[in-house]
Amino acid sequence: MADDDRKIRILVAKPGLDGHDRGAKVIASAFRDAGFEVIYTGLHQTPEMIVAAAVQEDVDVVAMSVLSGAHMTLFPRVRELLAEAGADHVLLTGGGIIPEEDVTALEEQGIGRLFGPGTPTTAAIDYVKEWFATRQQTT
Amino acid sequence: MTETTLRSPADEALLERFRARKPVALARAISMVEDERPGFQDFLHTVMADGPSARRVGFTGPPGAGKSSLVAAVATAYRTAEEQVGVVAVDPTSPYSGGALLGDRIRMNDIATDPGIFIRSMATRGSLGGLATTTKEVVDLMDAFRFDRILVETVGVGQTELEITAAADTVVVVLVPESGDAIQAMKAGLMEIADVFVVNKADRPGAARLVKELRQALHLRAGSAMKDVPAHHGVDLGRALKRERTEDPPAPDREGWEIPVLTSNALTGEGLEELLETIAHHRTWLTEGGALEERRRERAARRIRDVVDRGLRRVAWRSERVRALLDEGVERIARGGGTPYSAADEILGALLR
Repeated sequence: MADDDRKIRILVAKPGLDGHDRGAKVIASAFRDAGFEVIYTGLHQTPEMIVAAAVQEDVDVVAMSVLSGAHMTLFPRVRELLAEAGADHVLLTGGGIIPEEDVTALEEQGIGRLFGPGTPTTAAIDYVKEWFATRQQTT
Repeated sequence: MTETTLRSPADEALLERFRARKPVALARAISMVEDERPGFQDFLHTVMADGPSARRVGFTGPPGAGKSSLVAAVATAYRTAEEQVGVVAVDPTSPYSGGALLGDRIRMNDIATDPGIFIRSMATRGSLGGLATTTKEVVDLMDAFRFDRILVETVGVGQTELEITAAADTVVVVLVPESGDAIQAMKAGLMEIADVFVVNKADRPGAARLVKELRQALHLRAGSAMKDVPAHHGVDLGRALKRERTEDPPAPDREGWEIPVLTSNALTGEGLEELLETIAHHRTWLTEGGALEERRRERAARRIRDVVDRGLRRVAWRSERVRALLDEGVERIARGGGTPYSAADEILGALLR
């Protein structure tokens, strides 16, 4: 297989204590239908579990669904653990109920785009594809 | 090929980190093999020089049989015994989108952060047979990474996952009472590949019946090994079965291993100990009886053929001459002046010249 048609591998993770995994399942299915290889790990993931999975699965992208309000803790923590594990190259993105100012603050900390409720799944898919194409060109 | 034939400084750096047992390096090496990226065969060649040493156990069976849960339970037990454990779990690629939803880790969350366990999910990427094309090579990578134990979980499709015998030393076939009767297992070819049968979710109705049927089917099969011996029409199969039913000893397979039928409940841990003992027992039988050596030879022969096939395909379809002949063949067929066979003959002729 040539490098240019390489599969995008993406971890869809649902951290924290809330049990609302419908959004995560919807986006996981949409990513699969877009031709991605989606690793889905289920509910109640700790940042440590997410990063261990991201490393072992050698994913390109980690997409986290956070509805618990803990996004200001979870996203930076996962970013930090990814760096510690030598997986800096991974795009960390996600979605959930996240206020606009928090989105800006997280972007400044190296977190990718964060999508709010009601975003069409195609927006997330296009974003990941574009990011991946750009990265392929630069490496 | 020698030690120094790695394609690039990046591969050399990867090799160094791989040998230092960095999980990131193993993960990256797996991707390299899985994507068949340039230089992946050189990398495999370099790390496989010492030959296999890990104990490889395969788990196969229909969807929902509890393979992932059982793998998680078994992996936990091996960790308690301080083994380093690698897990490869295969799920299907959608033939429509080319994407895949890999969900085996959901059942393995309890072991997800154990640094002594490395779990990798693979999509089949169009391969049939229950494994991805490169799963066997990924298992070899894990072996070279010096895991003591490697657990391989196939796709749960039911009738085609027979490739597992080429990846594992011991094959555990996991069934549940809902899997159907033993005839289903026979149809699916599971009788030929199983070293151990486990009826999981054994608290459900029908478990005892399935165990009994499987044992009977195994005896029938052991009996059928005699089918080439003449003048056996007089054997009273019914009486033979009845006798075995009362005694119920395991039936020996072709090589003399008696395939046990166990029961388990992966969630409560019931039957787990017996399964572990049986796997260990099979291992002893494999090494002491010479069957392991035999299986490794078969595996090596098969792998050489696979690698040659892959190489031939590449050589063929990368050649401009061949691609031109292909186009010409298609053109002739479209005009009604040829068949796929005449075109293929021309291509083979060009390749062999």
